Amino acid sequence: MLNRLSTYLYLRPRLTLALLLLPPLIWFVVVYIGSLASLLLNSFFYLNSFTGQVVHKFTLGTYAELLEPANLSIFWRTTIMAALVTFADAIIAFPLSYYIARFASKRMKTFLYLAVTLPLWSSYLIRVYSWNLILTKEGILSWFLQIIRLDGVLNWFLNLPVVGGPSLAVSATGIFIVFAYIWLPYMILPIETALERVPKSLVEASSDLGASPNQTFRNVILPLAFPGVVAGSIFTFSLTLGDFIVPTLFGNSSYFIGTAVLSYQGTSGDIPLAAAFTMGPIAIMIVYLLIARRLGAFDAL
Amino acid sequence: MNNEIAVLFQNVSRVFSVKQEDQTGGVKAVDNISLEIRNGEFFSLLGPSGSGKTTSLRMIAGFDRPTSGKIFLYGQDVSNLPPYERDVNTVFQDYALFPHMTVGENVAYGLMIKKVEKTERAKRVDEILDLVRLNGFAGRKPSQLSGGQRQRVALARALINHPRVLLLDEPLGALDLKLRQQMQIELKAIQQQVGITFIYVTHDQEEALTMSDRIAVFNLGKIEQVGTPAEVYEHPVTPFTAGFVGVSNLVSGDEAKRITGSLERFSIRPEKIHLAKPNEKFGQDMFAADGTVRDVIYLGLYTRYLVELDGGGDLVVVEQNLKTTSMDVMKVRGQSVRLLWKKEFVRYMGN
Repeated sequence: MLNRLSTYLYLRPRLTLALLLLPPLIWFVVVYIGSLASLLLNSFFYLNSFTGQVVHKFTLGTYAELLEPANLSIFWRTTIMAALVTFADAIIAFPLSYYIARFASKRMKTFLYLAVTLPLWSSYLIRVYSWNLILTKEGILSWFLQIIRLDGVLNWFLNLPVVGGPSLAVSATGIFIVFAYIWLPYMILPIETALERVPKSLVEASSDLGASPNQTFRNVILPLAFPGVVAGSIFTFSLTLGDFIVPTLFGNSSYFIGTAVLSYQGTSGDIPLAAAFTMGPIAIMIVYLLIARRLGAFDAL
Repeated sequence: MNNEIAVLFQNVSRVFSVKQEDQTGGVKAVDNISLEIRNGEFFSLLGPSGSGKTTSLRMIAGFDRPTSGKIFLYGQDVSNLPPYERDVNTVFQDYALFPHMTVGENVAYGLMIKKVEKTERAKRVDEILDLVRLNGFAGRKPSQLSGGQRQRVALARALINHPRVLLLDEPLGALDLKLRQQMQIELKAIQQQVGITFIYVTHDQEEALTMSDRIAVFNLGKIEQVGTPAEVYEHPVTPFTAGFVGVSNLVSGDEAKRITGSLERFSIRPEKIHLAKPNEKFGQDMFAADGTVRDVIYLGLYTRYLVELDGGGDLVVVEQNLKTTSMDVMKVRGQSVRLLWKKEFVRYMGN
């Protein structure tokens, strides 16, 4: 019976393909595209501020609201933060990935892989809160800085505008540090994979043709690993754009896109504005992906 | 100038440690090799995989360093120089073309590193692409080329730097037979045109015989024999060389004694043996052995016979199909024959 079924399917590759694709397609279309479409639809409605009810009539007014200075600054703040986090992660991840891909012994490689991915096994919230213990006013960091008598530097830094705050745990710097930490694995893994895929013979060929290790790195390794950096940056950038937990826990009262969406749809029940807000990061990501494609990030895929 | 020595190996060994803690245990990839390669030569390192030929080549290039011994390049001790400080270039087995660069950029890479001026660079790229018959391909990416074309790009990329020595690591291994034979002739022609010392690694004895001025036969990390193709083929000095370069019958012990009257080992090439009728008379300058044809393999150009000797053992005989057809040769199966060959073709190899 089972044999006949497999023979039947073997002779009909199109049917087999359809059967295999159907479940993920249903999921993709209904749940994923569907929710996005409903978001888009909602963003064209508006809230009756008197009754607090959503009015199901087409308007561009909600989007106009987005362009108000207060809301625009939310977009800028979030995008700049996402860009900084991405940049920092790329800088931190590259040397480590390079070491894992090119120099680490088999054992070391396994260990480092585990070390990089292990944090992902634990709860996101736990990890974020543990940073609170490190960065807070009575936390480990300030305690340590006091011991090595650098607490003056910390206080000076916290008095700076924009990056400073009452303590590292309540400042833009704190948000930046925690974001950079929490998305780091998503940067390391694609870069490591990209570096792993650069054949050793290319490196040898480059040095054979007279290139110093430095020149080989710039002319061969970096261009070939760059798609990995872009792939990683897509993760770090988009995850930072959408996150609301880290800004809530470490920020002062200034909104990020995620926290804004949360408060509009939760506290004030303004679903249309929240939906319009969500369209923001989607638009930013589309622009980002187009630039990434320009840079040739997907050529190697 | 012609007798100048391009590459000199002085008691070179390369040991790959299996475990880093265990210094004594290890694989001797290259075992105390001494070798001279002359200026302008087409020199082949021939041997089976794991014989140390590639490791030797990599040590000339600088990708690997000798565990002991010294390597000289035109009189300069390069044993501890990195690859980018040696005046040699390599054509890699997998070509190792940079996938993110065009053919032109690949070829110009060495000049770009040396900061050769742009117009000069472009001129030399054109010249060298002409030499390997790839003009007009400069704008393509390596992925848009066939295997044979990639091979030429790899060659051009190495040759454009006018290295004193060009190293080739089985560069034709991935090509099909026809293309390979064509490239063998082309490579040899290019080598004569540019006059650079070529050092060629291959496991294909026919390739080595076709192109080389001299051949070094490698086995188990040691050199068995160095000589011209004819010397290595006609006068193999070890059983390994006799068996690896071409096909040889290796006869020893009682079997040898019945034929030559001595226990000394000898080798005889299959094509030197003549297949004759039983009881055919033969002169003083010939050896003879009687036997029965066990197997006949018709190969078009020639036929290979496996003859079981009456006294034990067997010999392979090859005869060209000058007058015979496949129908004729098949009839020989099972028949008694006398094998005859000139004594001068026998190579003695001690006990």
